Amino acid sequence: MTTENPAIPEKLAVELVDVNKWYGEFHVLRNVNLSVFKGERIVICGPSGSGKSTMIRCINRLEEHQKGKIVVDGIELTSDLKRIDEIRREVGMVFQHFNLFPHLTVLQNCTLAPIYVRGMPKKDAEAIAMKYLERVRIPEQADKFPGQLSGGQQQRVAIARSLCMSPKIMLFDEPTSALDPEMVKEVLDTMVSLAEEGMTMLCVTHEMGFARQVANRVIFMDRGEIVEQNEPNEFFSNPKSDRTKLFLSQILH
Amino acid sequence: MSTDTDAYVFTPTPPQPPPANTVGVVGWLRGNLFNGWFNSLLTIAAIYLLYLTIPPLINWAFLSATFSGTDRTACEASPDGACWTFIKVRFNQILFGFYPDGEQWRPIVTFVVGLGALVSTVFRTPARRWTVLFLLTLYPVAAFFLLAGGYFGLTEVETAKWGGLTVTLVVSVTGIVASFPIGIVLALGRRSNMPIVRSACVVFIELVRGVPLISVLFMASVMLPLFLPEGMNFNKLLRALVGVTLFTAAYMAEVVRGGLQAVPKGQYEGAAALGLGYWRMMILIILPQALKLVIPSIVNSFISLFKDTTLVYIVGLFDVLEIIRVSTKDANWIGLEKEGYVFAALMFWVFCFAMSRVSLRIEKRLDTSHRK
Repeated sequence: MTTENPAIPEKLAVELVDVNKWYGEFHVLRNVNLSVFKGERIVICGPSGSGKSTMIRCINRLEEHQKGKIVVDGIELTSDLKRIDEIRREVGMVFQHFNLFPHLTVLQNCTLAPIYVRGMPKKDAEAIAMKYLERVRIPEQADKFPGQLSGGQQQRVAIARSLCMSPKIMLFDEPTSALDPEMVKEVLDTMVSLAEEGMTMLCVTHEMGFARQVANRVIFMDRGEIVEQNEPNEFFSNPKSDRTKLFLSQILH
Repeated sequence: MSTDTDAYVFTPTPPQPPPANTVGVVGWLRGNLFNGWFNSLLTIAAIYLLYLTIPPLINWAFLSATFSGTDRTACEASPDGACWTFIKVRFNQILFGFYPDGEQWRPIVTFVVGLGALVSTVFRTPARRWTVLFLLTLYPVAAFFLLAGGYFGLTEVETAKWGGLTVTLVVSVTGIVASFPIGIVLALGRRSNMPIVRSACVVFIELVRGVPLISVLFMASVMLPLFLPEGMNFNKLLRALVGVTLFTAAYMAEVVRGGLQAVPKGQYEGAAALGLGYWRMMILIILPQALKLVIPSIVNSFISLFKDTTLVYIVGLFDVLEIIRVSTKDANWIGLEKEGYVFAALMFWVFCFAMSRVSLRIEKRLDTSHRK
């Protein structure tokens, strides 16, 4: 669908042009080109070590790319710290291991960035935090510490924490991989409802049901390259490359 | 089950009391002192050893000891007991050194206010934040003016006259309060990406850590004046303070670095992804967790520092141990080292034990991990 659209700059949320990255001698990202439009939901899959996490971590500079160009929300990523912080304010990220702050309560986890990064008054920040905690359906846990919650609840708090910054783009780095099986659904449900509201999302995940349900595009990466991208039905029913076929045969039983 | 056609019906087992010889006093004795012939033998040997040592000690320290009188002759009646008269007569000097008699309320007020504020922070009082702020800002300044005098109608008491426990506490409290932030900054510097900052911190830490405190103190008192212009003269106490602070800061830096490394990488990433800059990330997210992890080591350093203050005697200060040592050389009290040093040890123990208890309390209160 949108893959072949001409790149209209103001409609682009994220643009990667010939992005390359090495870990020492190891070439993790090879000439990655990707344009994500505002409101698009993209699912990125691929075998482990294929560079999919590295790619989305480059988008908010948790990893540094060494060659190529990354433009996020109209701002090009350089080593300029100010720009990096500017981008990080607009890009929310949800991690595999939640990365909640264990010394702060759920509510404090959510209000921290609005207060200290956006300079929001504490009262307003708390009101917003409660709004999002209600959206992820755990307002009653606001005064607990992350260590007292289940994995699924922690991940939902992490999502709420990101949303409190009203990000324009959300990155999900294997958000359900560290969860017990019975908790995967509650997190996916939250992500689905977020997708339905039109959030621009890039999700690294192996949840193919989720991909079918919400993705505009599925991207398959292998050995640092984007091997194939297509809209989900086509992608699953009619994969083009052998590597994609092999991967799909391994994960879909 | 009588017949195999009957379905098995589950009946829950009611809880039963544990065997009598595994609970209560008997159970405890069996479990801890007499489990097996070897441990029983050890227990009996230990009891015998205690019997040999404890009664004579109690006899010396309390039963046959002399507490009254004002000079040596009072102790002659009971030569087998301790002569605490010595401590009693010298007590003022042990606490204040040569601080003038009429002015000794000043160190007392300083100590009581400081201790009171400190103790109040251990409990959850509503004004805790303000108390901490007071302790870290107003209190040191006020304490300095109160102790040194020369202003507000207070007679000046030069630091050369300070001594005993007063000096020990001034040096250790200043050392603790000043070395902590310096240590944190050094630790952050050592992990910095900026090569010059990092090298400077590494050089400082490794240099200071690589030499004994005695040589740092020697350098502060002997070498420092060589580099300073003629006529510019630091006082002895200040030199010792600087020496002790820098020395402890180097150790503190390594302790804090350990804590910084123990904070999972995900915490740094989580904070960065929210757009927190370096200092906010450190102050709000990383340091609270890192410091909490290393509280035992921090307190260890503080206890070390507290005991190391006894070394300031080599730059000519009279700390509590030195006062006692000098007193035992007094012709009137010669030969009473035992009493002097036992008392000194007791004083140090009280302070160090208090620090370790306070640290346990803090650790417990700050624990939000909810690990089971």
